[in-house]
Amino acid sequence: MRKHFLTLFATILFSTLSMAQNRTLPSVDVKTLDGGTINITAIENNSKPIVISFWATWCKPCKKELNTIAEVYEDWQDETGVKLVAISIDNSRSMAKVAPYVNASDWDYEVYIDPNGDLKRAMGISTVPHTFLLNSKKEIVWQHKGYVDGDEDELLEQIKKLAH
Amino acid sequence: MLKKITYTFIVSFLTLNSFAQNNSGEIHGDFDLNMQSYQEDDIIGAKAADEIILNNAYLNINYTKGDFAAGLRYESYLNALMDFDDNYKGNGIPFRYAAYTIDGLEVTVGNYYEQVGSGLIFRSYENKGLGADNAMDGIRLKYSPLKGLYLKSFIGKSRTYFTYAEGIIRGADGEININEALNLESKTRIIVGQGLVSRFQADNNPKFKLPQNVAAYSTRLNIINGGWNYSGEYAIKLNDPISGAAPEGKNWANGNALMSSLTYSKRGFGIVAEMHRVDHMQFRSDRAPEKQYIINYIPTLTKQHTYSLLALYPSATQTEGEFGAQIDVFYKIKKGSLLGGKYGTKMIFNFSRINALNGGNSFLNDDKEHNPMFISIEGEELYYKDINLEIYKKINKKIRVTGVIAKQSYNKDVLEKPGNYGIVESTIAIADISYKIKKGHTVRVELQELLADGGEGSWSMGLAEYTISPHWFFAVQDMYNWGNHDVSKQLHYVNVNCGFLKGANRIAIGYGKKRAGIFCVGGVCKEVPSSNGFSLTISSSF
Repeated sequence: MRKHFLTLFATILFSTLSMAQNRTLPSVDVKTLDGGTINITAIENNSKPIVISFWATWCKPCKKELNTIAEVYEDWQDETGVKLVAISIDNSRSMAKVAPYVNASDWDYEVYIDPNGDLKRAMGISTVPHTFLLNSKKEIVWQHKGYVDGDEDELLEQIKKLAH
Repeated sequence: MLKKITYTFIVSFLTLNSFAQNNSGEIHGDFDLNMQSYQEDDIIGAKAADEIILNNAYLNINYTKGDFAAGLRYESYLNALMDFDDNYKGNGIPFRYAAYTIDGLEVTVGNYYEQVGSGLIFRSYENKGLGADNAMDGIRLKYSPLKGLYLKSFIGKSRTYFTYAEGIIRGADGEININEALNLESKTRIIVGQGLVSRFQADNNPKFKLPQNVAAYSTRLNIINGGWNYSGEYAIKLNDPISGAAPEGKNWANGNALMSSLTYSKRGFGIVAEMHRVDHMQFRSDRAPEKQYIINYIPTLTKQHTYSLLALYPSATQTEGEFGAQIDVFYKIKKGSLLGGKYGTKMIFNFSRINALNGGNSFLNDDKEHNPMFISIEGEELYYKDINLEIYKKINKKIRVTGVIAKQSYNKDVLEKPGNYGIVESTIAIADISYKIKKGHTVRVELQELLADGGEGSWSMGLAEYTISPHWFFAVQDMYNWGNHDVSKQLHYVNVNCGFLKGANRIAIGYGKKRAGIFCVGGVCKEVPSSNGFSLTISSSF
């Protein structure tokens, strides 16, 4: 048992060291708001930055983050060409509320649902909100756990670094 | 044996991989640690732990390379936090898997999580905060032979703590997205699905001839047209008497459940109307009645509240039988209008009501037969009722306000424990104000009031939080049970928390008294004991 463990850790360390490339999105299916299925690796923004934000209709800080960004989203898009993809982790208890909430809130984001946490687990997320920033090659270059007022400023700075 | 094979497999793959090419796979994961000290406090009934400090931790490792993935989870309970079941004990690797996809076929061996439809007949899932994990161990295949057609089948055993339940679970599910399959360019989109799950468990009951194979099946339909969306699912579970001496042990009635939702939304407005009817529909991986064997999920038909006093008396699905309805309305009053002001005003209204089935759940044996009416509301025992309105307003660039008013009725005898408590009627008001002092610095204050005669009487709650973006937060809160009829229980529950976050790491420490009660995270609730002490939480993702 113990021996296996050590071998495993040593191997992982070794393989990690031998990898120089950036982190990419895992190949996991999510639900679209019109009942369809899409693989998350298929999201596109013509080589411009993409923000992926995990949220839920029952998560106050998540809604605060996305509502705050919604107020300035047009400016962000004009300035940097960024696209925001909001992934709801609402399960079948609150899934039906996602589309009405998104529409009523006037969000212009691309929204998907991850009802049994498959993408959440594949991306190593333990709590929401959790935000990722992807570069032109759709590689994850920055991430942030949680949201407090003002965090959107740091996100914008990171996006600007990619846009220029 | 199985463990050995897994290790050898993963190790050889990784080694091979790192030698073979430079452009190799990726390794990612996350780590979580929750440590809590427990001091005795007679007044709130908190117990001290013999170990002084209890600790839960886990590490997930996922390896991916193209269409191949493998991973494992190391879990450590030394010893498990008091909120957790004692059966979580020691260290281990209870989760490991390997999977690949080729030409539309996805093969997973080892552990996996899966859900059929809404979960009425099957859901294996995990919620680390609540200690819930019924991962499957076995084989799963997913196949999409044609555009718009999604098939999956699986077989395995369901996890219970560090072991697996006796029953063998087999399942299959098919879904057709008619528009995708027929290449229809229609405004109306239709998706239909059919699922079947069956459990095998040998019958070794000397007295009764028990069914060894128990099936459950469900049919679902989703129709979308413009802003309209209808979704419905109906499920049946066949005769499945539970073991033990309770009267339910001699019930061989079939169970069934129906859930249905209709939503409409457009810019600035959304409405959701939902109903469900549940009758004798708990499905388990074993004939035993304990909660760790549950393998289906019947969503609770009430709003998931997060403000403490709104969530003080939460609802939970009565899987043996209930009828419920819920309505949500989302509305944004436009900017520049009289009520909207400069930034607009958001309103969320929610109403839900849950009651018993007429005469109780379906029942069938040699002495008794009962089939409840399909819909019966008037005169049936009320389980839960909630009517609430939330208003959010940005006053100016510095101040944002959320206000909530709610009225809740909570059937304590049904939702908590049988007694003669009756219905707890409560009225709740909340104000949540945040004020931006300067760039990155924000103060947030929450004031909550709950007025009630029944239960533990009235409560007040106050919270002050100071956040410095992007790294720091400090919070102090007090819940005060000033209205408890027992004067010795009119107590303050004070909690202090602070934390540091940077990128993918978050560290938080806390000190204070936690109230005994029902703790809800992500749609699931469980009872936790009261505690008093320090806590440390570390969460990290790589």
